[in-house]
Amino acid sequence: MADSVQDAHITVSDLTMAFDDFVIQRDLNFSIRRGEVFIIMGGSGCGKSTLLRHMIGLLQPAQGQILFNTTSLWAVSPEERDHLLRRAGVLYQSGALWSSMTLAENIALPLREYTELSERQIREVAAFKLALVGLAGFEDYFPAQISGGMQKRAGLARAMALDPEILFFDEPSAGLDPISARLLDDLILELGHSLGTTIVVVTHELASIFAIGGNSVFLDAESKTMLATGPPKTLLAETDNPLIRRFLTRGEQG
Amino acid sequence: MVTACELRTFQLQPQCLQISLVGHWTLAGELPAVSEVSRDVEALGAGGTIIFDADALESWDSGLLAFLHTLHALGSRHEVILDLSGLPLGVQRLLTLAWEVPERQGARRQADDDSLLALIGKGALQTHKSFWETVTFVGELAIALGRFFTGRARLQKRDLFLNIQECGAQALPIVTLISLLVGLILAFVGAVQLQMFGAQIFIANLVGLGMARDMGAMMAGIIMAGRTGAAFAAQLGTMQVNEEIDALRTLGIPPIEFLVLPRLLAMTLMMPFLCIYADLMGILGGMLVGVGAFDISPNLYLLQTQDSVPLHHFLSGLVKSTFYGVIVAICGCLRGMQCGRSASAVGRATTSAVVTAIVWIIVCCAILTIIFHFLDF
Repeated sequence: MADSVQDAHITVSDLTMAFDDFVIQRDLNFSIRRGEVFIIMGGSGCGKSTLLRHMIGLLQPAQGQILFNTTSLWAVSPEERDHLLRRAGVLYQSGALWSSMTLAENIALPLREYTELSERQIREVAAFKLALVGLAGFEDYFPAQISGGMQKRAGLARAMALDPEILFFDEPSAGLDPISARLLDDLILELGHSLGTTIVVVTHELASIFAIGGNSVFLDAESKTMLATGPPKTLLAETDNPLIRRFLTRGEQG
Repeated sequence: MVTACELRTFQLQPQCLQISLVGHWTLAGELPAVSEVSRDVEALGAGGTIIFDADALESWDSGLLAFLHTLHALGSRHEVILDLSGLPLGVQRLLTLAWEVPERQGARRQADDDSLLALIGKGALQTHKSFWETVTFVGELAIALGRFFTGRARLQKRDLFLNIQECGAQALPIVTLISLLVGLILAFVGAVQLQMFGAQIFIANLVGLGMARDMGAMMAGIIMAGRTGAAFAAQLGTMQVNEEIDALRTLGIPPIEFLVLPRLLAMTLMMPFLCIYADLMGILGGMLVGVGAFDISPNLYLLQTQDSVPLHHFLSGLVKSTFYGVIVAICGCLRGMQCGRSASAVGRATTSAVVTAIVWIIVCCAILTIIFHFLDF
């Protein structure tokens, strides 16, 4: 699998995000290498989730480009864009499981739509994905019948249904207890290693940022742009920006 | 192009089975079923081992993992051990991760017993439960009304007025359209028969009496059930899904007073007005037919209506419409409050609110008509 390939998987160039006239962030430039765990961090309300929604094609940039490999997401036809985005899986903040389907059916839907697998194989793949996130035996439960943390893990199983090249996580550890959050982090790392998946995580959980982040970008709400990009540990060690230092030390320094 | 994958088994020793994985084991192609090796696995018996040879494996993804996961389940049923050491490192790690959390005991569901007897039993229990829910709801609502009239109910005036607007003024366009057309239809239905006796002028009696006594109230009731009753159920159902109703409860604000009461009051207050309006629109519709198609002068039509429909007939419609208002509001709010926590539950609540309301409107209409008949009202 993709181990040593270090080329840029996603490139964001000169991106400006805005709702009509209201600019959220401007002049964003960074790239995400294949197989790395990339963190989008910043304080509440700085536009982290909006950036994520731009990267998964739900919102159109006001200016600039988002490139998957070398293809610009918004320069191609809607069909091609759908095709590009099918290689990405997304874990939404609250799981976003379809509430009228069981967990197995939630995972089976993308498989049924986009693969030629038989029903037996779909069932087996769904069972495996659920086992992978620690939910073996919960195939026939409805989302409302399991806890919030379990919903989140089931959402991850659905995001992984098609073996995506890229996984996006929106606040994966929000609403999880520390141990579950840690297990989810381990799972994210393991997926990155074993399947060569590129992983993009929106978070402000410091523990997660340092535990899994291979690279990161720091967004600032005040100046409406990115302040730095680089591995979180390096940022903490080398930055002279008081905002970043304060964020990465929970306000204890800087 | 992806070539097919293949599975070869070798019995190395009586207690050891080797499975060779060849080719591309990906979701893109057709994968072998575990059932192909199930006999070999059973033959191994307790204490047996399966080892893997992946030298000829070219690529893999979840397809291989799902296969091995199913094989693992089969193996553990026959107490056969899977030795993963021959597999690629990534596969080993992911499988270890998947098997790390053992299946929770009792989590897996038994298929529901769906024999006829069980279905009847479940249906009876469900009916019993929903009957008591309805009784409890109506009881709580009565208590809430009591608190309202003693000025102790916790509801916001703003909510009440918003609901009055929603149940009143905003419903006028559709009530206009439907009642006008119903009056028109009634007039045509009667006119064809009456014309045979040269008695077209009695269209006014037919339409006037029909609208005033029943059709005005019933049309308004059915429109409001479809329009506002459904909206009540959807609003309260979505609030149930979002835990907004729980949030009210934990703040000590009874949802019945805060959410249901303003809706019930608004609907009950506005329904008689809508009914009167529907009556007049229906009569107007009848007049359009009488004047336009049967050469009755507008003045004559109005005089005939005035003579043939004394005011107490309108009163009968008004009483009925008040009952319909209560029915629509209670059905909408009850179904909304009973709603489960999923999108499809909101859909069911909405459908059920409309259906229940319409059924009860018709039943109520029949009962009141019989009572009015014996009271000579």
